[in-house]
Amino acid sequence: MELLRRELAAAVRDGGSVGTVLGFYAIAVAMMPIAIGPDLKLLGRIAPGVLWISMLLAALLSLGRLFERDVEDGTLDLFAMSAVPLEVITVVKSLAHWLTTCLPLVLLTPVLGLFLNVDFAAVPMIIVTMLVGTVAVSFLGAIAAALTLRSKRGGVLVALLVLPMYVPTLIYGISTVSLLMLTPGSFVSPLLLLSAISLVSLVIGPIASAAVLRFQMQ
Amino acid sequence: MSKAEGGLSVRDLSVERGGRTVIADLSFEIEPGQAVLLTGPNGAGKTTLIRTLAGLLSPIGGVIALQGAAVDDQLSEQCHYVAHTNAAKTDLTVRQNLRFWARFMRGVPGAEEAAISEVGLASLGDIPVRYLSAGQQRRVAIGRLLVAKRALWLLDEPTVSLDAANTARLEKFGNAHLAAGGMIVAATHIPLDFKPMVELKLSPVAFDAEVDDLWGELPPLQSGAEA
Repeated sequence: MELLRRELAAAVRDGGSVGTVLGFYAIAVAMMPIAIGPDLKLLGRIAPGVLWISMLLAALLSLGRLFERDVEDGTLDLFAMSAVPLEVITVVKSLAHWLTTCLPLVLLTPVLGLFLNVDFAAVPMIIVTMLVGTVAVSFLGAIAAALTLRSKRGGVLVALLVLPMYVPTLIYGISTVSLLMLTPGSFVSPLLLLSAISLVSLVIGPIASAAVLRFQMQ
Repeated sequence: MSKAEGGLSVRDLSVERGGRTVIADLSFEIEPGQAVLLTGPNGAGKTTLIRTLAGLLSPIGGVIALQGAAVDDQLSEQCHYVAHTNAAKTDLTVRQNLRFWARFMRGVPGAEEAAISEVGLASLGDIPVRYLSAGQQRRVAIGRLLVAKRALWLLDEPTVSLDAANTARLEKFGNAHLAAGGMIVAATHIPLDFKPMVELKLSPVAFDAEVDDLWGELPPLQSGAEA
């Protein structure tokens, strides 16, 4: 849709934000071996967890601004007035966030895995779990982004609101990867649960954030 | 998005902002091809009335009806709304902004090109809106009126930062819209020359003290967001 094209065009023009997010991710991961020391075995074991948590924190950086610009410049008013339901708008905005923030983060992950001596057999599965799990990051995150629109410390508040919501995604994302490494073949059920969380958030996220936006506009 | 046949009628409209009644039992009618100029001091409820007509605020009482419209036609979908803000993405060019609105509002394909030259921004079409002056950015918002047909134009201080020549331009667009059977509701502090036009004087309801614009601005959003 046209809105998606514009969102992507705006993100490319405003390349700084994607760069910041990727840079944050890279630095957070790169500092981990420095803090923990050169124990390759230990690093390899904690690698999936470190990658996941750093990725979640990085994805949060750009979430706070998901609707902010549109409120500031009055675009949201026109969206609300149009024949297009606000839910469709929030779907598109969340999708644009996923494409411009989560997807680059996931693509950067194999490279950053090198810092952590990640088991190469696990890399494809880390990528798959992240691709599936980050859908929940973008779509649930939109609810928090809408909720914090009027608050001055929105960025921090987004993190407080949304990180607890990511806990199930994190649990099943990590357990998929670690089960793959321990007993190959048994990773299916956590992966299915992970997908279920993402599918549920795909539905709940846009409806909830559209409802919050309507309330915020009154 | 067909043009509405009939006029707009507002009956006993009451609107509250922040627990205070800003508009009380207001009734008026607009005929097709007529403009209504909202005047009154700050806080008289001009913006509140416009936002209520736009469907962005829910009234606590009263009826707003577009005569001759189908029941499931939302009034807000028949409106153009030019607010204090320009609803333009500053990172995108004039052309990208107007093309987006033309498509989003299901306007005539390519209408943005005509709109850009109509508002006198032909030579600036490929410049990001960020680099335009305040008046030029305002003209981008006014260009939005021209990219898609809407029965009712809601203009909230449309002339802010416009010079005399561009105010005259806006009046020309407005009069063409009226001549085609459209309607305009405009809030303004400077006289705008729409024909035919009636003036609706709003006055503050139950005023107890000096109050600025009751709708006010949005509270400041998180600073540092531009970083």
